[in-house]
Parts: sequence; structure tokens; C-alpha cells
Amino acid sequence: MHLTKVINHQKTELHLCEICAKEAGSELGLIFESSFSFQNLIAGLLEGDTGHSQQPSIAGHEIQCQNCGLTFTDFRRGGLLGCGECYRYFQQGLEPLLKKVHGSIRHTGKVPRRNGGKIRIRKEIDDLRNRLQESIRREDYEKAAYFRDEIKRRENELAGG
Amino acid sequence: MAMMNQDYLKDMPNWVKNGGDSDDVVISSRIRLARNLKGIPFPNYAHEQQLETVTQQVLQAARERSALGEFIPLKVEELTPNERMVLVEKHLCSPQFVENPHLRTLIVDQEQTVSIMVNEEDHLRVQTLLPAFSLDSALELSNQVDDFLEENLEFCFDEFRGYLTACPTNVGTGLRASVMLHLPGLTLVDQVKRVLSALAHIGINVRGFYGEGTEAYGDIYQISNQVTLGQSEEELTKNLQSICRQVIEQERNIREALLKESRTQLEDRVCRSFGILSQARLISSEETLKLLSDVKLGAELGIITQVDKNRVKELMFITRSSILQTIIGKELVPVERDYYRAMVIRQRLGAHGASGV
Repeated sequence: MHLTKVINHQKTELHLCEICAKEAGSELGLIFESSFSFQNLIAGLLEGDTGHSQQPSIAGHEIQCQNCGLTFTDFRRGGLLGCGECYRYFQQGLEPLLKKVHGSIRHTGKVPRRNGGKIRIRKEIDDLRNRLQESIRREDYEKAAYFRDEIKRRENELAGG
Repeated sequence: MAMMNQDYLKDMPNWVKNGGDSDDVVISSRIRLARNLKGIPFPNYAHEQQLETVTQQVLQAARERSALGEFIPLKVEELTPNERMVLVEKHLCSPQFVENPHLRTLIVDQEQTVSIMVNEEDHLRVQTLLPAFSLDSALELSNQVDDFLEENLEFCFDEFRGYLTACPTNVGTGLRASVMLHLPGLTLVDQVKRVLSALAHIGINVRGFYGEGTEAYGDIYQISNQVTLGQSEEELTKNLQSICRQVIEQERNIREALLKESRTQLEDRVCRSFGILSQARLISSEETLKLLSDVKLGAELGIITQVDKNRVKELMFITRSSILQTIIGKELVPVERDYYRAMVIRQRLGAHGASGV
């Protein structure tokens, strides 16, 4: 199989195997992140199938972050939130967006040690429970006993003990 | 802090100097974590005083850090335009970071592996950049730095949404893992678009050499995760790793096929590029990257043996305008840049022209 390619007015002959050549023939547009960023796409993502944006409001008044003063319209315009509290005030409007962008609305990753406190302990307990189940399944009762005691210890910690 | 230490500017970052796993295709691996301080509005909505507070708190936290070596704080406002561009070309910060330098500080370690952008889109962007295919090590190092900073800083975190960020596209882990790939084989047989658009469909971003909105000069592509919420840091990194492995394999297969099926054409192309690079007296930055891409491929495949593979990678980097000016030691007008660039290339390729340099 012969292919002719022109790069910078330079003609290049390529001799490729049939499979490669077949694939080389396909010309699909490459999706590059050009001058627009995700922020500019946010307004678009917030528009539902109807073309109307989902603006959360209470009794006709637009919701505003009580901590930094940002309104949902401001956010749609600029694509950036004002502070951590915005996530709480705009929860209703943000959820569909998070689902579209991430396919999920629930964090399952790292938890900071310092201010993560109880959240981290709860996660550790969940993890220990899985390991306990796994030990029982493998009939490794020594390990299972260890995980059971660890779970108890963490639960006491959580209860403020 | 007004002027950066010239040695420090000239020193090449770790990712340029060294190779490693799959360095025939992979240039570098990077992990970036977005973090914000609790109780302070995100940079775009914060007052000057608040931005100053963020800077002071982060600097204080970085100073406390002893286990991981010494950090150099650089106030972007106090740097010359060329110095700022050097930081961008070394990939120590984003182009957006130096565009608006007011109250922005970059904290970098001696090795130029870890850098912290203070007051970019988020209060902190912690970045670790390692040579070749090393996402695991980059994640481990990022976690160490993050844990260390967190001992002294309270991050904005929510049980359900994770680390809260200015842009909802970063919320959750705040993690962006990126791998810089050199794909001359896929480019040569026109398959790069097919492969990369397939990646875009499964939530992988593709960018050029210098991030958002830049071209893929020198057949170098940066691919990274798009999703940051709903998966753990390890899952996100592993996912990107396995996708990269597939792209690396495809690239290697094509290189082998080219070598087998059209060796002479490939040799001709590589050697012509080497010829131009080792003889040119004026050369633009764009042409340089294009030709170096061929030479790097040739060096990887053993077509060119007189030049070391790592030296070619270094050349891709030191021929960038700002770094070139730092090496030459003065500001250059464009035509001078093309002249000195050609000179540096001739020197480094060890191929002196008739008049020598």
C-alpha cells in the first residue's frame, strides 16, 4: 500500500501495511481546547434541553450566596464561583452541571486530615468494614478480629470517646 | 526577590534533564491539586487584603516545610517579562498565572519539581512535574506536599463535594493528571487525530505543548483527565495511566511499522531534518520543534546515533525564546533569536558549519 503525503509542500511517499493504511485514511476532527475554556461552556451546560437555563429561585427572587454576594446569574456569566459557600447556596443549580461534567455529584477521594475530622473517620470505618468482610470471606478470622476491634475503636473516637 | 538568580533561571528542570519509564514516547508527567483556604473568597472575588493574607499564610506554611527541601518564593510582579516567560516555558506555572501578575506568587523547590501557584484561579495550585512516565510518583509527591501544607492551612472542604474550587470543573479531588506525549509516528501516518478524538469522547482532554489553546508543536500532545469528582485520586490517575499506555503502544507499533515498511523514506526525512538543524544559520522556534521532532524519532529508532536522545529533548526546551535569551544572557529581537537559536542548535548537535561557532 502506498500513501502520498504532502507536508510543507514536501511530498512524502509512505509505504504502509494494509491495516495501517485503512486507518490512516480516516480523517476525524481533532477536538482541541482552543481559546474557549470550560468556564465559557458552563452557561451552555446549564441550559437544559428546552434551551432555558435552570435558575434556582425562591418565590421569584434569584438565589444569592449569603457569604460572598454572588448571584447565580453572575456565576453563569463568569463561570466561576465566589467562595466555598456558593456550593451550598447554589446546590440546586449546580447539581445538574456537576452530573454533566463529572457524571457524579459525590466526592469519594481524599479527605484532609485536619478539618476532615469525623468525615475521615467515617471513611476509615467504611474501608475497615470492607476489609472485615473480605477477611471473613477468606476465612482469615485472626485478621477479621483485628478489623472488628479497629472498627470499634474508630466508632468510639467518632462518639467523642 | 526582584531579580531571579540567573543560575536558577538557566538550570533545567528535572523533567527536562532526566529520562525514565517509556521516555521514548513520554516527555513528562504532572499532577496538579487545586486547593482553597477556608473562609476566604476565591481569588477572582477576593479583596487585595484577602489575597495578601492568602499569600502570607501559604508562604508561612511552605517555610514550615523542612522534610521536602527548601522553597524559593517568586513574586510574579517583581519579575521581568522574560523571567515570567521562563517559568511558563519550564511548565512551572500556567500562562494565565503570569498574564495577571498582581498579588501572585510562585513557590518553587530547588529541583524545580514541585511548584505552588498562589492566587491563580484557586488560592493554591500545587503541582509536581516529573520526567517520563511517572504519574504514580508524581501523585505520591503531590500528596506529601498537600499533607504538609494542610498541617498549617485549613482547606475549603465539604463532605459531599470534596475540595471546593472556583470552577466546578475542578471540584472534588481538585486533581488534574497530565502526561506529555511525543507522537511523531501517529502524526506521520495521519492517525493522531483519530486517536486523540477518541480520547476526547471518553473524558480525556487533549492540548498542545503549552496548555490550553496552544498548538501541538513538535508533535507533542498533553493529555489529561477531565473528571475530578466521583472517583478517587488513585482511580483518576490509574485511568489516565492505562489510556496513556494504549497510546504509547500504538505509537510504538507505528514506529516499528514505518521502520519495517518504509525505512528509506523515514531515514531520508530524519536525516534531512538533522541536516537543516546542523547547518541552518537562522531558524524559527516553530521550525525548530518540527525538525527536532523528526530528529528525536530518529534518535529513538537508532537512525541517528551521533546525538544523544536526552540532548534532543533538552534542545526542544532550550530553544524556546525566553530560555534561549536567558542562556545568551540578553534580550534579543526576533531575527537575533533565530540567529542565536541556530547557533545553539549547531553547538549542541556537535555539527559545526563551515564558519563554525
